[in-house]
Amino acid sequence: MPTLKMILNGQEVTIDVEPGDLLANVLRDKLGLIGTKISCGEGECGACTVLVDGRAVDSCIYPALKAQGREVITIEGLGQDNRLDAIQQAFVDRTAPQCGYCIPGMVISAKALLDENPHPTRKEIKEGISGNLCRCTGYYQIIGAIELACERLAERGGPE
Amino acid sequence: MWDEYLFPASVEEALEMLEAHGGEARIIAGGTDLVLQSQRGQCTARVMIDITRIPGLDHIEERDGLIYIGAQVTHSQVATSPLIRSRAGVLAEACGSVGGPQIRNVGTLVGNVVNALPAADGAIALFALDAEAEVAERAGRRWTPVAALYAGVGLCTVDPCAAMITQLRFRALGEGEAGAFERLAKRRALVLPILNTAAVVRLQGDKVERARIAIGPVAPTPFVATEAAEALVGQPPDEAFVAEAAKLAAQAAQPRDSLLRGSAEYRKAMVEVLVRRALWRAVLQEGEDANS
Repeated sequence: MPTLKMILNGQEVTIDVEPGDLLANVLRDKLGLIGTKISCGEGECGACTVLVDGRAVDSCIYPALKAQGREVITIEGLGQDNRLDAIQQAFVDRTAPQCGYCIPGMVISAKALLDENPHPTRKEIKEGISGNLCRCTGYYQIIGAIELACERLAERGGPE
Repeated sequence: MWDEYLFPASVEEALEMLEAHGGEARIIAGGTDLVLQSQRGQCTARVMIDITRIPGLDHIEERDGLIYIGAQVTHSQVATSPLIRSRAGVLAEACGSVGGPQIRNVGTLVGNVVNALPAADGAIALFALDAEAEVAERAGRRWTPVAALYAGVGLCTVDPCAAMITQLRFRALGEGEAGAFERLAKRRALVLPILNTAAVVRLQGDKVERARIAIGPVAPTPFVATEAAEALVGQPPDEAFVAEAAKLAAQAAQPRDSLLRGSAEYRKAMVEVLVRRALWRAVLQEGEDANS
């Protein structure tokens, strides 16, 4: 069985995987990181979004071995010691989640966007989360939360 | 799903691996289509040969007026490349409309071609740019027109169990040239197009010197509206001639009734609208460039 070595949420992880394993399954089933959700299972909804070397990918269609030697960040990698990071806190404060299932993916997509572009326009925010479906909110609370996160990050002088 | 997942260190090693597994192995790049094809049983290869760690396949560069794009280059990289945006904007627009950010970050433009679907946004732009692909086989490497790679819906003449496409190339748009991409879909992300079209025009003085129009999906392979493009040549790029060319393109296109995409009648009418918009935007952009 091949061995997958990656930096997962800042820590080196080594784990045996099947050649056909997908990253989302490895994260959830083998590593217990169930914050990453699987919904459509075909890269259509973005619930499984994680960062690989800083770029958002759909982990449900991402062969796990592609992460070999890469840096992977999941929703569990944000914030510290029960303290939410700025994006997560803004999602809470703006009541962005309803059922909540899409939210880990939304937060990760928002992080990918803000890490690259700290002052996005509303249009850029919409494009940034265009790979994530939400069937509850109609997106406006989510867009508002990302705008709030931008404001707070700007006051603090950048991402934490 | 798969028995082996391999990372060759060179194109030659990838080809050796393909040969050694005699049809049971297949090239994988981003895998955004291939993973699903494997899960659904449409791809039965047991061994995946991942080319994304081979050095020398990640380039977007211009040499002697030609733009080269390596097999590892993703849709995101094409869409945001300053070179592509300035010298082949039509391709940047097309690649920027594929799937969503997560798909564009992983899926490659070469993969878009290998999958040989007549609606593939990136491929439609490559048709309008008259692009070529470099095919690597055990016997050596050769350049072939992208249009010659299409044998039917989902059928690429390059066998991914025996060969691979290493890069694409096309002439950078120069002075007097511009292109535009248009897409009709139910929403702006994560959906396949009802129709898409890419147009490239070259103006000489106040006349059209050359035009090329590609449309999908209105045939089993991306469709090049030759007659419509030729009707523009030698004409001034005004609204009447552009509208006439768009009409000819719609007449030549053969969209089918589709539960997913709408009726043939509707789609034929929309071909005219999209081609007109793409041509007109290309003409106006060229005008802007000339005045800037």
